[in-house]
Amino acid sequence: MSAHAVRYAPAGKRFLTPGVVVLVGLMGIAAAISLWRFIFGLSSVTNLNDQYPWGIWIGIDVASGVALAAGGFTTAALAHIFHRKHYEAILRPALLTAMLGYTFVGLALMVDLGRYYNIWHPAWPTMWQGNSVLFEVGMCVMAYLTVLYLEFLPIVCERFIGRVNLPGPLAGLNAPADRLLRFADKTVGKIMFLLVIAGVVLSCMHQSSLGTLMVIAPYKVHALWYTPIMPLLFLLSAISVGYPMVVVESMLASRSYGRKPEMEILTPLSRFVVFFLGIYIVAKITDLLVRGAQPLLLEGSFESNMFLVEMGLGALLPLGMLLTERVRRSPGLLFTACGLVVLGVIINRVNVFVVAYNPPYSTGRYVPSIYEILVTVGMIAALAFVYRVAVTIFPVLPAEESATSHGAR
Amino acid sequence: MNRRRFLQLAGVGAVGGLAAGQAGASEAPASIDDGVAVLVDTTECIGCRKCEFACNREHKLSDAPLEAYEDTAVFAEQRRMPADAYTVINRHHNPDNPEKPIYVKSQCMHCLEPACVSACLVKALTTADNGSVVYNASRCMGCRYCMVACPFQVPAYEYDNAFTPQVRKCIFCFDRIAKDGKMPACVEMCPTNTLTFGKRSEVIKLAHDKIAAHPARYKDKVYGETEVGGTRWLYLASQSFDELGFLKLGADPIPKLTESIQHGIFKYGIPPLMLFGLLGAAMSVFRDGEDKE
Repeated sequence: MSAHAVRYAPAGKRFLTPGVVVLVGLMGIAAAISLWRFIFGLSSVTNLNDQYPWGIWIGIDVASGVALAAGGFTTAALAHIFHRKHYEAILRPALLTAMLGYTFVGLALMVDLGRYYNIWHPAWPTMWQGNSVLFEVGMCVMAYLTVLYLEFLPIVCERFIGRVNLPGPLAGLNAPADRLLRFADKTVGKIMFLLVIAGVVLSCMHQSSLGTLMVIAPYKVHALWYTPIMPLLFLLSAISVGYPMVVVESMLASRSYGRKPEMEILTPLSRFVVFFLGIYIVAKITDLLVRGAQPLLLEGSFESNMFLVEMGLGALLPLGMLLTERVRRSPGLLFTACGLVVLGVIINRVNVFVVAYNPPYSTGRYVPSIYEILVTVGMIAALAFVYRVAVTIFPVLPAEESATSHGAR
Repeated sequence: MNRRRFLQLAGVGAVGGLAAGQAGASEAPASIDDGVAVLVDTTECIGCRKCEFACNREHKLSDAPLEAYEDTAVFAEQRRMPADAYTVINRHHNPDNPEKPIYVKSQCMHCLEPACVSACLVKALTTADNGSVVYNASRCMGCRYCMVACPFQVPAYEYDNAFTPQVRKCIFCFDRIAKDGKMPACVEMCPTNTLTFGKRSEVIKLAHDKIAAHPARYKDKVYGETEVGGTRWLYLASQSFDELGFLKLGADPIPKLTESIQHGIFKYGIPPLMLFGLLGAAMSVFRDGEDKE
């Protein structure tokens, strides 16, 4: 484990592209709506009400955000714990995505929480309420976010050790800052194996607990989704979506930076997807059959149709595609299949937290407002933007020469 | 139930590794039968809405005068408690006597094992010593998980308050009862025999005595005696409860399942630590394998 098998470097291409301008525009809109919400309250921009307390900010920004960040712990397990060095090139992008993903989960929560300034309460011992599933989720997410930042620290050190160059009067601090970075690098390096394992454990804990959240609403959640094994299904689907998310991201980054897709890594990686997605689908179908809920599939309701879309389009179709060698070897088809898995997990989380939620005295379904949608879109844009900034500054993507660049396809 | 139990353990086992621990749900207060309760005899209610007035005045929710509550137009549709009212009365058709509708008062049911209290991650919602489910806004984060958890769809939220929004629901006049030794404002105001305040054991006995004394007048059921493990607001009615807007709920306390999953997975932190150890072992095994290559 001495030298890196893979060399990483800051992405050198020009930063400001038309795509980036669009991202900034979307971020601006979301920022303006959020500001409005903080001045005039949740009711001024959301369609949330006493019947439907949770909307797409929870279903997409928080629940899907956490699931899609699973690429972080699944690749860490693969490369660091099971020592498949072949996959080292995707480690850093996956780590960065997880780190930013969880950061934005926190930001999205700040917008959704009525008393956002109390967001630190669960960390304060006198406030602890160990029976609450949400307490466990909150603690794990906070701990894991810390782990992710620590795991990222060596990348910051790699970039700046020996190169600290603070502007103007701060230049005197260059030497101390450098010493601090060297100390941090050494310390984190020593405990890195602990951090990696802790990251995997914490992920398994909160990914599953996120599924336990809705178990507390047996009379509200539609029977197609309500099952006591929701935590297991959430964990399995998070593991299934980890690598597809890495594939989608890697291909988007390659395209954006005019590189060839890293098929020599992504094709073998997609074989794991077949395995994990297969287990998830078997668990999901077995659960339906054991509970005898399968007649509801043909109920013809909005809920049952959404379930069919979730499982058909977002799980069975991509599984079928990924079973064939041709799909795994074709950049376009692999991207499509993995994109469908990602979409399937997003639909699943939205289904569980929003679509399946039927309060007993409901007088009309919750439909997100245009403002809620724009904030969610803006959050995703901001994530992509910060990702781009980060890979421009830090050595996250594999260095060009090792990525055998030949311009855009 | 066995199948359900099995699935629950399967979920626990799969995540936690081995320990399919069975930890009990949180203990209900020792004083279950001594705690407060109210019997609502819906056959007595005349729909005067004076309880709504008394409640709004007591909790400073509205300063509308008593006359404002004589307006019966509100009965046109079924209401739930909004963020600015802890209790509302709804009117239902009486098949036995269409001239005499049935009125049902709604408010927080004050469950013996409240889902909202189990859900709240910062103890903003708690069960007081006398059994009332009370709210402390200064702890609240405004996550609204309590609203998701409540099987009766009771807690409301001040969505239009940008800075200090609160979860709103009946707090069983906690201060009036615990500090001033009075009865709840709605019970005190009620001009009929609809509301009876007392210890839960006594209130349940009263309910069954009433049914026994007038079997023709009442359905043989006390709503809230067993629902979701029991509630502190209990109801008598002349018609089937399903017809009067009451929900069909089982006898299992809502937090039982989530808490047993939760404590099963995390019992003494053993399952996570076992997973940690397992992964650590895997890490060293796979590294050794690599060295030999």
